[in-house]
Amino acid sequence: MNAFAGFVRKEAFHILRDRQTFWILLLMPLVQVLIFGYAVRTDVRDVRIAIVDPTPSTATRALVQRFASSTRFQLMGVYPTMQSLDDGFRSGVLRQAVVLPRDADRLLRGQATLPIQLITDGADPNTGSVMQSYATAIIQRWHAESVVRAGSLRIDLATRMRYNPTLESVNLFVPGLIALVLTIVSAMMTAISITREKETGTMEMLLVSPLHPWAIVAGKVAPYVAMGFANVLLVLGAAWGVFGMPLRGSLVLLLAECLLYILNALALGIVISTSAQTQRTAMIAALAGLLLPTLMLSGFIFPLESLPTPLRLFTNIVPARWFLLIVRGIMVKGAGLATLWQETLILVGMTLALLVLGARRLAIRLD
Amino acid sequence: MSAFAIETHGLTRRFGEFVAVRDLTFHVAQGEVFGFLGANGAGKTTAMRMLIGLLEPSDGSAQVAGYDIATDSEAVRRNIGYMSQKFSLYDDLTVQENITLYGGIYGLSNAQIAERTHALLGRIGLEHARKELVRRIPLGWKQQLALSVALLHEPKIVFLDEPTGGVDPITRRRFWELIYETAAAGTTVLVTTHYLDEAEYCDRLSIMVEGAIAAMGTPGEVKREFGVTSLDELFLQLTRPGAA
Repeated sequence: MNAFAGFVRKEAFHILRDRQTFWILLLMPLVQVLIFGYAVRTDVRDVRIAIVDPTPSTATRALVQRFASSTRFQLMGVYPTMQSLDDGFRSGVLRQAVVLPRDADRLLRGQATLPIQLITDGADPNTGSVMQSYATAIIQRWHAESVVRAGSLRIDLATRMRYNPTLESVNLFVPGLIALVLTIVSAMMTAISITREKETGTMEMLLVSPLHPWAIVAGKVAPYVAMGFANVLLVLGAAWGVFGMPLRGSLVLLLAECLLYILNALALGIVISTSAQTQRTAMIAALAGLLLPTLMLSGFIFPLESLPTPLRLFTNIVPARWFLLIVRGIMVKGAGLATLWQETLILVGMTLALLVLGARRLAIRLD
Repeated sequence: MSAFAIETHGLTRRFGEFVAVRDLTFHVAQGEVFGFLGANGAGKTTAMRMLIGLLEPSDGSAQVAGYDIATDSEAVRRNIGYMSQKFSLYDDLTVQENITLYGGIYGLSNAQIAERTHALLGRIGLEHARKELVRRIPLGWKQQLALSVALLHEPKIVFLDEPTGGVDPITRRRFWELIYETAAAGTTVLVTTHYLDEAEYCDRLSIMVEGAIAAMGTPGEVKREFGVTSLDELFLQLTRPGAA
């Protein structure tokens, strides 16, 4: 039997015979998609809002009406004063409030500016800013129409979210989720499976055999490439089938980029396994060294723009950051390789460097 | 090409300041059973790991099966078998799958693997367990199986690193019978151990103390040289000079 094929087969046996781990790895991504999709929605609806209008008029009632009829908002009441707002915000009954000035109607008819206060619960800054932009949009549209009726010229500022006009969170989390899952399946599992052979002593047998270190590495990671790819298909399938996630770009390109990222994660796993002596160390290193950056420093959870400069510079060496740009580009914007070649090249470079480093250290680091 | 199976000159390995193996010069004839004795940490395993290419020597040179370990490590690897201290078969594969895997790695054909599987399992009486997971067979058998697998590709030299650790006396005896059969078939055996009764089975042996060879020869020779009646006595004298 061909030495390499036999080696890959043996690795596949390891994976298939550890039934529990196998099913966890295969189904975990699916469960995550469902959890993220149904529970962790960051898109905003039914925002509990109050409006303070000291001097109700036809014009202000039109604004109230706009808020009341929007599915994004749930109107909790129209008050003459701001007195009850504080309590509302503190108890969580209110998330947002619009405070109109006295004599809004008169101000609208005149040429004066109309000072409106918009108060938003910023405890969760991400949803806070989304709520803010929704409310602003409604107020601006209302203002524009009222002003037109008054017959004077005003600037009509129309803001619009491109690519994701309804700010569906599925578009946001699926690319990040793919990166996360591949980091777990490819990087962590490779690191664990290689250190396991070190712990049991079988790695010595392999290194003493005529198998080239490259062949050992390739043989160990090959089944995990297949596993990672199956995960990608499952996540994409669920995102598309259950949540109607769009795919505006090329599916072939998307899968190819995913394959590239799988290789990158595997290479990271190999590098970790060459330093870690035990499975426990490998697992902790993978969690702290890979999973956290993938979550925090890739733009998955926190926007890169909101990070302090040193951290933002650091994100440049986080592969997931580039992968996220690529996947979002392909899925949401329909971008092709012509726009994404730089990010792709960076990932290719990182992967090659890591693979060379990993194979070298595997050969010498065995003490 | 060297006439010896193993030949070393001034082989040395340092870890930082610590010298694990110091100026090791010895040779092993073809078909010999050569014992490497020493207390824990005396450098036996380090010396063996250099010979099989798991560690690079800091100094000195060695030839294994006629090939230089520094320049021709691939040829060395094709000609040796190795059984490590740790049990080194895959627990979650069956006996047959382990054999097939190593056979494949050493480039044996399917026919060769089938034929040798039959022969080696017959020899250690394990044919009934061919489809058992290795995890389920008793330790004594596992050790014999590990040795058989190390010999599967008919290497010129086989390195055994404390192969009988943790097994009962009867199994150890059976294991040494296997070692003799192997040597009789022309394979050179280099074995590390700290069981002194096992040392008596060796054709020649060396006793390592603090990284250097303190005594070397046939069991009879070294006993005469140091004026002792048993290897036990000699071992204590060498490793704990104040105690004798």
